[in-house]
Amino acid sequence: MLLISCPYCGDRPEIEFTYGGQAHLVRPADPSALDDQQWAEYLYMRTNTKGVHAERWRHARGCGRFFNALRDTTTDRFAATYKIGAARPDPAASEPTPGTAR
Amino acid sequence: MLEPLARIPPAFSSTSWMNPLPPATRLLFFADRAARAAAAGAFPMPVTEEACRAHADGARACLWLGPDEYLLLAPAEPGAARVQAALTAAVGPLPHALVDISHRQVAFEIHGPLAAQILNGACALDLDPAGFPVGMCTRTALAKADVVLWRTEVHRFHVEVWRSFSPYVTALLTEIAGALPAAH
Amino acid sequence: MSVWRTPGGGRIDRTQRRKFRFDGRDYQGVAGDTLASALLANGVHLVGRSFKYHRPRGLLSAGAEEPNGLVTVRRDAARVTPNLRATQVELYEGLDALSQNRWPSLQFDVGRINDWLSPLFPAGFYYKTFMWPKGAWKSLYEPVIRRAAGLGVAPTEPDPDRYAQCYAHCDVLVAGGGAAGLAAALAAADEGARVILCDEQNEFGGALLSDPQATINGAGGQAWVDQALAELSANPRVTLLARTTAFGYFPHNLLGLNERLTDHLSAPPAGRARERLWQVRARSVVLATGAIERPVVFPGNDRPGILLAGAARTFLNRYGVRVGTRAVLVTAGDDAYQAALDLHAAGVSIAAVADLRPQAEGALPTAARRAGIEVLTSATVLGTLGGLRVNEIVLGELDGTGGVRRKRTVRCDAVLMSGGYTPSVHLFSQSRGKLAWNEPLQAFLPDRSAERERSVGACRGIYDLAGVIDDGFAAGAEAASGRSGRRRSVSAHSAGGDGSAFLGAVPLAGASSDKSFVDWQHDVTVKDLLLATREGFRSIEHVKRFTTTGMATDQGKTSNLNALSIVAGALEVPIPQVGLTSFRMPYTPTTFGSFAGASRGDLFDPVRKTPMHDWAATEGAVFEDVGLWKRARYFPRGGEGMHEAVARECLAVRSACGIFDASTLGKIEVVGADAAEFLNRLYVNNWSNLAVGRCRYGILCREDGFVYDDGVVARLAPDRFHVTTTTGGAARVLAMMEDYRQTEWPELAVWLASTTEQWAVIAVQGPKSRDLLQGLVEDIDIGAAALPHMSVAHGRICGVPGMVMRVSFSGELGFEVNVPADYGLGVWRAIHARGEKDITPYGTETMHVLRAEKGYIIVGQDTDGTVTPDDAGLAWAIGKSKADFVGKRSLQRASMHAPMRKQLVGLKSRDGRTILEEGAQVAEIPGQKPPMRLIGHVSSSYYSACLAHPIALALVAGGRARMGTTLYVPMPGGDIEVEVVPPVFYDPSGARIHA
Repeated sequence: MLLISCPYCGDRPEIEFTYGGQAHLVRPADPSALDDQQWAEYLYMRTNTKGVHAERWRHARGCGRFFNALRDTTTDRFAATYKIGAARPDPAASEPTPGTAR
Repeated sequence: MLEPLARIPPAFSSTSWMNPLPPATRLLFFADRAARAAAAGAFPMPVTEEACRAHADGARACLWLGPDEYLLLAPAEPGAARVQAALTAAVGPLPHALVDISHRQVAFEIHGPLAAQILNGACALDLDPAGFPVGMCTRTALAKADVVLWRTEVHRFHVEVWRSFSPYVTALLTEIAGALPAAH
Repeated sequence: MSVWRTPGGGRIDRTQRRKFRFDGRDYQGVAGDTLASALLANGVHLVGRSFKYHRPRGLLSAGAEEPNGLVTVRRDAARVTPNLRATQVELYEGLDALSQNRWPSLQFDVGRINDWLSPLFPAGFYYKTFMWPKGAWKSLYEPVIRRAAGLGVAPTEPDPDRYAQCYAHCDVLVAGGGAAGLAAALAAADEGARVILCDEQNEFGGALLSDPQATINGAGGQAWVDQALAELSANPRVTLLARTTAFGYFPHNLLGLNERLTDHLSAPPAGRARERLWQVRARSVVLATGAIERPVVFPGNDRPGILLAGAARTFLNRYGVRVGTRAVLVTAGDDAYQAALDLHAAGVSIAAVADLRPQAEGALPTAARRAGIEVLTSATVLGTLGGLRVNEIVLGELDGTGGVRRKRTVRCDAVLMSGGYTPSVHLFSQSRGKLAWNEPLQAFLPDRSAERERSVGACRGIYDLAGVIDDGFAAGAEAASGRSGRRRSVSAHSAGGDGSAFLGAVPLAGASSDKSFVDWQHDVTVKDLLLATREGFRSIEHVKRFTTTGMATDQGKTSNLNALSIVAGALEVPIPQVGLTSFRMPYTPTTFGSFAGASRGDLFDPVRKTPMHDWAATEGAVFEDVGLWKRARYFPRGGEGMHEAVARECLAVRSACGIFDASTLGKIEVVGADAAEFLNRLYVNNWSNLAVGRCRYGILCREDGFVYDDGVVARLAPDRFHVTTTTGGAARVLAMMEDYRQTEWPELAVWLASTTEQWAVIAVQGPKSRDLLQGLVEDIDIGAAALPHMSVAHGRICGVPGMVMRVSFSGELGFEVNVPADYGLGVWRAIHARGEKDITPYGTETMHVLRAEKGYIIVGQDTDGTVTPDDAGLAWAIGKSKADFVGKRSLQRASMHAPMRKQLVGLKSRDGRTILEEGAQVAEIPGQKPPMRLIGHVSSSYYSACLAHPIALALVAGGRARMGTTLYVPMPGGDIEVEVVPPVFYDPSGARIHA
């Protein structure tokens, strides 16, 4: 069970959260202006990142807020969590340090 | 005018460490800082933006549930409509929303020296007073039910739960308490 | 006391006798014994039969790594626990244990024939042989093989015991309470940290419990342990958990601990939890999990009486048991000499030490020689003899050129072996930490941590006692404070710690006709591993699956490194290149009860009941589960079955009045100045033109254009909507709404609240419903003009403030009375009483029939995630003037308008009486043989009492163009002819709902 830092409530167990898929997808302002291919791109095409992935989570059983997170899909390590609307942070700048290797 | 019917809240049994709380007025108050400031004249409101904190004033309390979502608790009488009217008048045109949920959920208290330990049988939060101090409140999970947990004293928690989940939650906590070493 | 039990010493109490039973025979042990030590104290070495060859097996170890001594412990018919390691079963008065995998008895097991036939059973044998005929694997081969090669038998009765669970948090969790773990806990506690220290054994102390020679600060090791425990238990911020296995290391420093509370008790108090599952979130973790001694791989190394040297020492020093009278030690390091010395001092004759090294000149070998023990160097083991117990070992001296110079047969009843230590990196590996091969120690050691975690002591290759304790102090302080620097130090000394190691098979092992076992529990031999490499397997992951080495319940605790080394040798590559298999939780098998905890029976899931539930129950309602809700399905009277009851209820609603509990319907209050705009963007409908006090049927699509949910939406105020959803859709619709509100349109002034449980909803439906409600409502005009179909009004109902919606899911004149939930039962009773003989309570089954007669869909039954509003015949609901709504762009795709899309239609059986099966397929061409060409399926089907014929709804390709045509529903008994009809069977003009 992951420990996820809600930008509002702080560290909470994964059971309080729901996963919301890839982050930073913006619904087109006028979908009708898109051709079928462009609409399909928006609707279905997702990255399948190995490594740091920007994704949405919702603190569904807590404050109810959606937020974004940078998570390394190979290690489950969260580099950052940030509020909806905020720019994607630089993961290198805020990477937490795990236990020292011994 | 017909004779008013009696309220029939879900049944609870009291134990040495758990007791039901009487019916109450409950409102969800969705508001930003300006609307909350305006509402403060009609209902106790927290002065800070701090997350997960309850602001209690006598029998009334305002619990932070989310960045723009608050749970207002007041005695059952004179009722949600009166509180709602007072708040609406106080907030005026500022964007906000009020929803009466007095009957949606019920409340009970867990108290005594084992209170935190009993809750931790089903709640994954760190309930050490250092991490979850008196006055802290949050929505969280008790096993398969969602609750609002509010620490009113070091050894006393106020628990709000949707009415249909209350038999499950109270039975589960009873099972947990019964399995503690202190129970034997 | 028997000849095997020593007169004094150890952690047992010889004055406290414990009677126990093994395979039906009565024995006696003492307090402090494990089942293993008690059996050995009775001279019983034979404890099991091996998995595949049914060879007699004795205890190999004294701890969690035990591969042979698996037993079933039985308290009563229901309390039966199979596959327990006898070395971990604490003895209690009356313990009843059974050996496993033998028939008819341990001493005589017919399965032993597998051993003689073993040339027929090489690795991969099962995969290769039982291929034909195809069906026989499941019905014949597998059951027989499983019975022959099995573990214990699962109990047949439900587990009556109670299992507890809890969450806990701490600054430092220390897994393992040996010297390193105790030191780490002490140092962490010094820093003021919240500490949890757990150990799988009944006592803390680890190896010190079996090491009387150890000295710490000039006193015995045990004294230091006692002092440490006194200090830790006096500290309120320290939690000590004995009998607690850290079995799993999960992401972000969550560890699963299994605490065994009553398994050691003769008569567990009634109601006391048997186990407690701890889910501990630790800021830092210290792994002090120790090391496991490795067996030596030589021919016949599995005979009862052959065991690890350290285990023999533990049995002697901790449990006061001699494992034999005449022992031979096979070793490749100095440490194991201490076992020989200890046994020698306890009166066991040491017939020889066979040291695989060319020289053995350390302090301990020297002491052994001084004690008169014969030490053979450059030795190898050529075989062992003995039926149910080893009685001879054949030793050889290597001549240095690949041959044996001297061959000697030594009489013995015990063989102690030691190939060095394998650090227990299981938890570290589970945490996704990276291991590195350490050449001098011949071991994989923790290298790069993935979590905030530190390994200390033997589990990271530190074997000398002073070093171990030092390491613990340093790591404990660092884990607690985040900085180095420690306040404690000790002087300590114990025997051994030289870290010498031997991996793989002894020289010339292959020359013997007897098997050299690598994995005791899965009966994997050197030959099997060599065969795997000959068959072309190169990666240890593949070798493991082909031979099943390391895949038994012990996860190869004693076998993995030997197997790796043998494979590496055969492939002529360095060990790290062969790779290492992943360790998985649990470290040792963990009961299902522990994982289930309280989540069983009534507490498995919340059971949600409406405010009127008890009334329905009293009336004899039959309930059905809808999500977590209990809903009254029908109300049988006087012996009615479902069909009779439903027919009666349907007719009552159509002719008079029915009352139905609709409280479970999802309800969401959408409030704010932009509420209408918000709903416009979400739902397909137009909401701007919905007047206050009016209702509208709303359809919600997903962005892909398919129907997601539906429900009536009432506008209560310009800025307030009461949105209803399906019972099952309540939570996910609210989640979807919140998603758009928060992430796509945060600029809108709108908020959402679930009010599902705020309201009790009483549907009063039928031609007499208005008359019935008149007089119960105040301040509400429910007349046809004032409250037309699809409208809502506030007022008092039975004196209670609420609202009345004039809506109908039955096709009749109908109302849904909404009152605050605490009043639901009272209002329901009042309405029901008022209705007297004219009112009939009905359930969900009747509701389904009534709505199907009207062609009203149920989302999820008549739709399946590929149905558009138009497919369902609901295109009329779409707000045509709207530029956008969720799903609109997808609905514009050409394929969403293809004429052959499946469309909702009605079906009538041509014979007027056959009720179709829901889910049945629909064909255009009769009499087809599989594979058939199918064009749709039946989604709803009932008998309509009111129409006196069956009705069905179906999704059929191009269905609306097929009206009046005949289609076929192929069933096992032949095709059923059906006519395609409009989906509205009853009152197509809608006159009745507008009454």
